[in-house]
Amino acid sequence: MEHSNSVTATGDSWNGGGDQPLRASYGKMMMWFFIVSDALTFSAFIAAYGFSRYKFIETWPIADEVFTHVPFFHGNYPMYYVAFMTFVLIMSSVTMVLAVDAGHKMKQSKVVFYMFLTIIGGLIFVGSQAWEWATFIRGDFGALETKGGRILQFVDSSAGERMAISSFAVDIPTERANHTRQSGIWFTEGESMTSFSLAEVKAGFEANDNILIRTEQINEEGEKTILSREESLGRLTQAVRVVEGANLIRNEYGSRLFADFFFFITGFHGFHVFSGVVINIIIFFNVLMGTYEKRGHYEMVEKVGLYWHFVDLVWVFVFTFFYLV
Amino acid sequence: MAHEHKLSIFRGLVTFQNNIQKIWGVLIFLSIVTTLEVALGIIKPSILTDYYLFGIKRINWIFIILTIVKAYYIAWDFMHLRDEKASLRRTIVWTPFFLVSYLVFLLLIEATYIYEVFKNSFLAWNF
Repeated sequence: MEHSNSVTATGDSWNGGGDQPLRASYGKMMMWFFIVSDALTFSAFIAAYGFSRYKFIETWPIADEVFTHVPFFHGNYPMYYVAFMTFVLIMSSVTMVLAVDAGHKMKQSKVVFYMFLTIIGGLIFVGSQAWEWATFIRGDFGALETKGGRILQFVDSSAGERMAISSFAVDIPTERANHTRQSGIWFTEGESMTSFSLAEVKAGFEANDNILIRTEQINEEGEKTILSREESLGRLTQAVRVVEGANLIRNEYGSRLFADFFFFITGFHGFHVFSGVVINIIIFFNVLMGTYEKRGHYEMVEKVGLYWHFVDLVWVFVFTFFYLV
Repeated sequence: MAHEHKLSIFRGLVTFQNNIQKIWGVLIFLSIVTTLEVALGIIKPSILTDYYLFGIKRINWIFIILTIVKAYYIAWDFMHLRDEKASLRRTIVWTPFFLVSYLVFLLLIEATYIYEVFKNSFLAWNF
């Protein structure tokens, strides 16, 4: 056979082993079918993200201001960590393609080595994503939410920097109790309690003249609008609750849809990476046991490789549309 | 069994000695593109952020184009589409391309319309 993939026609496959439509073996063709359909699924999610973003184009959170943390470092480092994650995933794609190449040359020990590195890369990526989620859920500065569901954030007018609610909220000693299922109707419970009550944040705001409110509205310079002190005090009366961090219902960074799409799209992608790592581990042990030496070709490594590269490919798009654009 | 790989990238501008060398070459190229994207995203030069082309900021056009460039090299060299038959390659690439362009086009137009409604009509959504 003169073509590049390495299937051996044994005569016992579904079609007798002879036919190879488009010169791709059955297994590879099916992997491509899966990848194309999965690509359409991801595209639909990202297109839906675009839809919601265009719908709320003037109030959408700015990703640089949301993802600013790097593990073990304090301070404001937008994007560095995501760039690192992207690099890890591309790197693990490279080790995967090196494993495929070694497989073509029937070098078992090299395939083992490169598969191992690929799995490590995948684990680093999934771990980073878990950290990213945890940071996002925990939140940064805290904010207030108005009756209409808008988010009010706080800025120090002298320094021009964001202010955490914990840095100015006063301590009003009151009895705050969370409504639990035990204490009332069994099927309802209160939201988990924030570290400061609305009254405490409001009192702290009124006591400090240098604090201004930052709204979700994006101005002509592409930055969030900061209200004057009078407007801020007026807006403060509309606040109904304190929001810390993000979940599927509340989001201190701005639009709730942003958090929903973040969890959904990066979660779906992270699930793909996780599945990829599991499949890679299975194939890794098959390679170790010499399954493909006996079979006479390493096409299975190539098929898993296709899936792994696809996961990388999707991340390239998620990175652009979630973090850059 | 021969395993030929096409070893030229950039339309034959760069030709590698063997497949492994090509893989590292593509990695270097992808890293440069990613670094460029991140640098642009951090610096945000105003010449790129202040001007729009077809309703999208110039800088975002750059990001989208660079993303497609990266996707191209991942698919062509890591997923070996360069070595597949042209008919298989076209089936894989153009089918999603048309479907996704169609979907994105419709959704963004619709979203822009809803944005206008929220903005200009007598509708209280921020109460």
